[in-house]
Amino acid sequence: MTVIQKKPENPIAHLTPEDIELIGKELDTIRQEIRDSLGEDDAKYIRTVIDVQRKLELGSRAVLLFSKFPPAWLVGTAGLSVAKILENMEIGHNILHGQWDWMRDPKIHSTTWEWDMASPAEQWKHSHNELHHTYTNVIGKDNDLGYGIMRVDEDQKWHPMYLAQPLWNFINACFFEYGIAAYDLELGKNLASKKRRNDPKFRAATKQVLKKIRNQATKDYVVHPLLSGPSFLPTLAANFTANVVRNLWSHSVIMCGHFPEGVETFEKSSIDGETRGEWYVRQMLGSANISGSKAMHTMTGNLSHQVEHHLFPDIPSNRYAEIAPRVKDIFDRYNLTYHSAPLYKQVASAWHKVIRLSLPNGWLAETTPKNAPAQLAKLYKMTTGGPKVRRALQRQTAA
Amino acid sequence: MTATAPRPPVARPPARVALRDRVLRVAELVTTPLLPVDYLDLFDPLRSGAALRGRIEAVHPETRDAASIVIRPGRDWLPHVPGQYVRIGIDIDGVRQWRAYSITSILDRADGCFSITVKAIPGGKVSNHLVHRARPGTIIQLDQATGEFCLPEETPAKALFVTAGSGITPVMGILRNHAEQLTDTVLVHSAPTSEDVVFGEELRQMAAEGRITLIEQHTDSAGMLDARSIAELVPDLHERATWACGPVGMLEALEEHWASVGITDRLYTERFRPRILVTGEGGTVTFTRNGTTVEADGATPILDAAEEAGVLMPSGCRMGICYGCVLPMRAGAVRDLRNGEITTAEDVGDGVLIQTCVSAAAGACDIDH
Repeated sequence: MTVIQKKPENPIAHLTPEDIELIGKELDTIRQEIRDSLGEDDAKYIRTVIDVQRKLELGSRAVLLFSKFPPAWLVGTAGLSVAKILENMEIGHNILHGQWDWMRDPKIHSTTWEWDMASPAEQWKHSHNELHHTYTNVIGKDNDLGYGIMRVDEDQKWHPMYLAQPLWNFINACFFEYGIAAYDLELGKNLASKKRRNDPKFRAATKQVLKKIRNQATKDYVVHPLLSGPSFLPTLAANFTANVVRNLWSHSVIMCGHFPEGVETFEKSSIDGETRGEWYVRQMLGSANISGSKAMHTMTGNLSHQVEHHLFPDIPSNRYAEIAPRVKDIFDRYNLTYHSAPLYKQVASAWHKVIRLSLPNGWLAETTPKNAPAQLAKLYKMTTGGPKVRRALQRQTAA
Repeated sequence: MTATAPRPPVARPPARVALRDRVLRVAELVTTPLLPVDYLDLFDPLRSGAALRGRIEAVHPETRDAASIVIRPGRDWLPHVPGQYVRIGIDIDGVRQWRAYSITSILDRADGCFSITVKAIPGGKVSNHLVHRARPGTIIQLDQATGEFCLPEETPAKALFVTAGSGITPVMGILRNHAEQLTDTVLVHSAPTSEDVVFGEELRQMAAEGRITLIEQHTDSAGMLDARSIAELVPDLHERATWACGPVGMLEALEEHWASVGITDRLYTERFRPRILVTGEGGTVTFTRNGTTVEADGATPILDAAEEAGVLMPSGCRMGICYGCVLPMRAGAVRDLRNGEITTAEDVGDGVLIQTCVSAAAGACDIDH
């Protein structure tokens, strides 16, 4: 993959500026229709999800008080994992997007909500709602592309350290909530220089994150285990497991949103003076959906409708399913590719890309069982050799 | 005038307070990032310590377009003073709406409930919902009762009440509760027809028993009463302490008359809607905490107008998607620049959150910032 502007066949070359503005108008119409029809049933939906989630969490934690009995451990851990996933995905993420602000309920509002997650809501809203959703898939602007630690594009120069990228990605998946917190702090950038490290704003934000992490860890790894008495260790293990399950799940879902093969990225300069229509088209090309059952959609927080979510980030998630056919129809009429596939396929596709880009450009595609020894030898040379060797061998591969 | 006795908070022995606080802090460690109340609310929304709420127990029609709503308040509800009103927040079509209504029931009802009486006004979202569609069992939000339209501690020997339409409601709260103190009472009440008089039967009963002198004016047939005709109907008007509640026009006419005869201090008025909301293009935006006032036109986002004027504003994507710029609007009207939708906040203290980056002033508005 490479940024859309450098592709030999630009997938939007066939669209005239008028087409793009028409697409924008059509999408605006859909948005308005849904906004106008929001009502009691929608309010009931989110309140029910919150009610179910809280009762499930309470119930699971109650069962875990007896977690030294293996069946209780299993049931409690499974319940708590599901509760944590619901809390982060269908509830927290969507409320923090302002999807439910229209209800004017101060208890279910983007300005007051806090979630079960290492990153404080306030910081996450900035990096996610403001940066990621505005600059979706713009290289150098949208840090969700690889979270600043991965090679996400052929145009990024390959370096041997990227060979470990699949491993980092897996570790990041296991501890995703801390990854997000570090990412929201822009830790990489801010730790790099003394001036940035000592910036009072950065220090205050760091303090806020550490306090949140301390509260979260105290709850899951001290207070609840203590309450379990003789089941101290099993409960601690259960809570740790539930957090990791939640992290792996949300990482997978989020990776499927923008990372599967075929999803487009954009050059920084391409968004100067971008119109609303152009912004919509960028969201259309830069997202991918997951197809599946209603339960799967709920567990992903309806991020399985990533395309619809990116077009209408503040429309309540329970409405994405009904918008999807109309959005797909626009894709079809304007000859654009609507990416949608089952979860396992999208996860595999995203991982394939992570692995492909961890290797020099073209290496994976060229490798066959027959030439494997020669390819491995070349990779070894590229890894151990200096930049000059790498450049020469890369040119060979490209040719 | 104030008849609202200051209420000292219920005192708890210090040792118990400390223990309670400590238990609460441990409970917070268990529930973080939520609060223990968030879980307790799932099971008992009316318990002590919860945000003040109430449950609608019954809806009793009073006339064809008015009804009394019986509400069981949460346990932290403090008894009201007759004549006071209560602000209620009710979810209609999924959106929470706040309005103020007078309490009309007697104090110390055996069942612990109180009632408000609501008249459906044409186009009124909340009043029509309450009168025609509210169902027992519905949970609503409450504030403590408030208002100063009450009898003073020393009840005047002679009283006059002038009311029109739903203006009877706070007065009914007073009449029902102060039967003994009010020994010489005249009530002048206007309504379109005899059937439209809210509490008509009960008022006529009171008059028959000699508790009050009732003067009904049916405006469909007899026209409106002006201040001079009231003076003619109640010859000893100047000797009476007067309470008036009704449309702004009526209240202003009365105030003028009372002022002209120099007895302004004997007239108490109550108005529910002190400001009529006028929506248009643009308006004066006041940032209440910061004290800045900005003239904004109807095409400029409030965010831009404020920044232009040097107000430090929260902001984000500037295109209406990130909700980084929302601020509470206490009063006024704004227009969503994307679709022309108008959002309003009533003067009674709404805190409607608006996205300043896509909202332009549609009339004067107060932003809490």
